[in-house]
Amino acid sequence: MTESLSFVTEAPSDAVSITVNGADRRIPSGWTLADLLSSLGLDARTVVIERNGTILRDRAGFASIELGRDDTIEIVHFVGGG
Amino acid sequence: MAHADLISPAAVTLTDPQPLNIAGREFHSRLMVGTGKYASNSVMIDAIEASGAEVVTVAVRRVDLDRSKEEGVLHHLDPERYFLLANTAGCYNSSDAIRYARLARAAGFNEWVKLEVIGDQQTLLPDTEGLLTATKTLVDEGFKVLAYTNDDLVTALKLEDAGAVAVMPLASPIGSGLGMLNPYAIRTIKQRLSVPVIVDAGVGTASDACIVMEQGVDGILMNTGIAAAQDPVRMAAAMRMAVESGRHAFLAGRMPKREVAVPSSPVTGMLG
Repeated sequence: MTESLSFVTEAPSDAVSITVNGADRRIPSGWTLADLLSSLGLDARTVVIERNGTILRDRAGFASIELGRDDTIEIVHFVGGG
Repeated sequence: MAHADLISPAAVTLTDPQPLNIAGREFHSRLMVGTGKYASNSVMIDAIEASGAEVVTVAVRRVDLDRSKEEGVLHHLDPERYFLLANTAGCYNSSDAIRYARLARAAGFNEWVKLEVIGDQQTLLPDTEGLLTATKTLVDEGFKVLAYTNDDLVTALKLEDAGAVAVMPLASPIGSGLGMLNPYAIRTIKQRLSVPVIVDAGVGTASDACIVMEQGVDGILMNTGIAAAQDPVRMAAAMRMAVESGRHAFLAGRMPKREVAVPSSPVTGMLG
């Protein structure tokens, strides 16, 4: 019984665990970077993305980058500073 | 009358015979301003406007994903109107600073970076070793590096040799408002370097800015001196005037200092 309960509280088995800005997130399997940004309400033109330490310069290509297990994504932008 | 061409009838407007030029790009304001620490975005915008600055610094940070509203500075600041200079503030080693610089460049505005590699949390003084390492790497990658450094001449010379397009010695520690602690060092750096010298950090009020410019440096970058004033917009305007005033005082060439008084009025023609 305990096992089945823990099963239903977990995300669906086709979910993928990734890290976004330092926090764990589970996203549906097959999501692209564009899907992630869209779900976060972010406009690709206003942010810079780093995936596993590599900056992704081609914003148009975000829709074809499928996120995989253990991907580490950093989403940054400009804030006030001196 | 010899200076009639320099003076407009409406107001005294002096032209600078040699506008600020960094890496082949000309700027009409010698005052650069930061965008941090403002109480509100509208005050920030008004202060930047009042400062007359063209170069405006910004920092690179994670998007706060838990907030629903847009909080990026470009939501408020028109990147078409100002020249954005991204910094690497908060980086404590060369590899972090290089990473931040690359992220900033990927934003797509320009390849300039105000490079900071901080070495000490208390004073925010630079780690000059890491700064030189990062400067070399970024210059190799095509960045225009404006290097925030201390007021040490030898480090400034090394940064110039490493390809920095401008060297930015501090007047005093970041956010301290202590003014220029070592005018001799700032003057010496300016006299010895070929690249522009922009004093960065420590300017607390208009007189500080004026005295810095009187040393002959090419410009000043400031943030807290404006943002932390009681009335940032008015202080921004005061800083603008002080930078111009100090620049023109430098160009005018000050009178020599004397240890004795010299009368301003004729010593002859006195009543007998």
